[in-house]
Amino acid sequence: MTTTPTKGAGVAETEKRSNLQRSGDWARRMPLLPAMVLVFLVTQLPFLFTIGASFMNWNAYYPDERRFNGGANFKTVLTDPAARKAIWVTVLLTAAVVLISLFLGLIIALLLDRKFFGQGIVRTMMITPFLVVPVAAALLWKHALYNPEYGLFNGMLTKLFGENAPQPDWISEHPMWAVIFAIVWQWTPFMMLILLAGLQSRPMDVVEAAKIDGASSWQIFRSMTLPHLRPYMELSGLLGTIYVVQNFDHVFTITGGGLGTANLPYYIYTTFYTGQDYGLASAAGVVVVILTIIVSTVALRTVFSIFREEQR
Amino acid sequence: MSGKTLSTGQVENVHKKSTSGVLLSIAAWIVGLLFVSPVLWMILTSFHSETDAAKNPPAFGAPLTLDGYRSFFDAGPWPPLINSVTASVVSTLLVLLLAFPAAYALSIRPVKKWSDVLFFLLSTKFLPVVAGLLPIYLFAKKVGMLDNIWLLILFYTVMNLPIAIWMLRSFLAEVPVEMLEAAEVDGAGLVLTLRKVVAPVVMPGLASAALICFIFSWNELLFARVLTGTVSQTAPVYLTGFVTSQGLFLAQVCAASLVVSLPVLVAGFAAQDKLVQGLSMGAVR
Repeated sequence: MTTTPTKGAGVAETEKRSNLQRSGDWARRMPLLPAMVLVFLVTQLPFLFTIGASFMNWNAYYPDERRFNGGANFKTVLTDPAARKAIWVTVLLTAAVVLISLFLGLIIALLLDRKFFGQGIVRTMMITPFLVVPVAAALLWKHALYNPEYGLFNGMLTKLFGENAPQPDWISEHPMWAVIFAIVWQWTPFMMLILLAGLQSRPMDVVEAAKIDGASSWQIFRSMTLPHLRPYMELSGLLGTIYVVQNFDHVFTITGGGLGTANLPYYIYTTFYTGQDYGLASAAGVVVVILTIIVSTVALRTVFSIFREEQR
Repeated sequence: MSGKTLSTGQVENVHKKSTSGVLLSIAAWIVGLLFVSPVLWMILTSFHSETDAAKNPPAFGAPLTLDGYRSFFDAGPWPPLINSVTASVVSTLLVLLLAFPAAYALSIRPVKKWSDVLFFLLSTKFLPVVAGLLPIYLFAKKVGMLDNIWLLILFYTVMNLPIAIWMLRSFLAEVPVEMLEAAEVDGAGLVLTLRKVVAPVVMPGLASAALICFIFSWNELLFARVLTGTVSQTAPVYLTGFVTSQGLFLAQVCAASLVVSLPVLVAGFAAQDKLVQGLSMGAVR
């Protein structure tokens, strides 16, 4: 669907440049080769290996029992409660983080897309969370913010409401939300940056004309700004999905995969690293890949078709 | 409202707009402060003593000390920090070295089916890296490259190559063809053409690509944890092992987190506009 215009433009571009192309095909391929060979060797080949290993009974603790076992690993991944839970956690975590940070990112981008005192400073402040190394950010949230005894959240509660203020244990009481908000804090700036760039590329003369014609801010937002922002929202949502699906740092650091927050990357890590079950870990890896493809195409498309209908 | 003259209505409208404008500006400031406050708290705590850092309610005005930094640097963080610098800087340079010719072959002198190649590269980013963890680990074990920083460099290079190629291609596609042809007619060599015609257009793209590749390799934890050991562990891996269950450690952890994040913070602040280009793989300028 989206490839057609690109290809069309590509043909025109190729024709335009055709008089530059007198050298042979191979001379033209040479600069591309090293990169392509490396990408193939390091991303495609291992994945083919993973697919192969996913159909094998292969545990490093029992090297003698290594053999083909059909779809048994996939059966385990789809029936084992821990593995099923990991799939569900991955979907929930990714959807929650991407939707919340996209929503917050949109609102904040709209707030920052106005001229006001200290605009640059506020923008810089907003970017800061994204520039904290993920492990460091996860440590910060776990120890300096969430900790029930000396974390800033409970500290502020004591400061505001005195000695008898509630002192919840944020991580053990709401483990999923604890992880989700720590990631949302880092990804909202990302969404905001891309959406802000989108807002600033709006053709302002059209907006001015609409204003003169008496369109309200809400009308302008709904019928002009939102449609213009759609590709930017799709792009940031898609990129966010790709990265958040793979999140390991926050789950590993904040809950150590406990309290029902182990997602698929964490599950694969423990199955492979601690359990040494190479076959099962590979099958789970194949599932993540399939899941990523589904989430990044179907889910996003659904979200935006809802969006489009609302605009009517 | 209906009884008022038009001009009064307009004046009222303008007045209403300015108050709502002030409110929106205040809201922007509050949101910005909320988002940055965990980092400010981290900075403040890193300069507190461990006892003050663990106070509830928080001791905002406690005396400042460098103890947190002292205990962090006494614990010997230099090898992992140097490993991180090596892995991210070398892999970033390799990425640029490989991505530039590749992007050239996808834009200025395109190979056949260049758009298929581009979409193939994008699709590799959809492949979660965790799916390749086991084979890469087994390969490294077999050839004796576990706990070797060069394995990590190779992996980071390939991890970031597709992004860099996409980005550089989008910049190279803007190099004016007429100028390239003119340079060719004038008999300018490849090096001269690259320097005079291509470089001015592509330099911002190279900077964005470098920034984003540096950040991604510097931040990476999962592969670094599995593929490195005591010799070649990187700063993020070192950080995860830094928290002990004994005694107070909050000031130390904040100091450590800040030191490890510093290169990314500095690079990101210095090149804010490049950040957007890089993150969107050149799609958003």
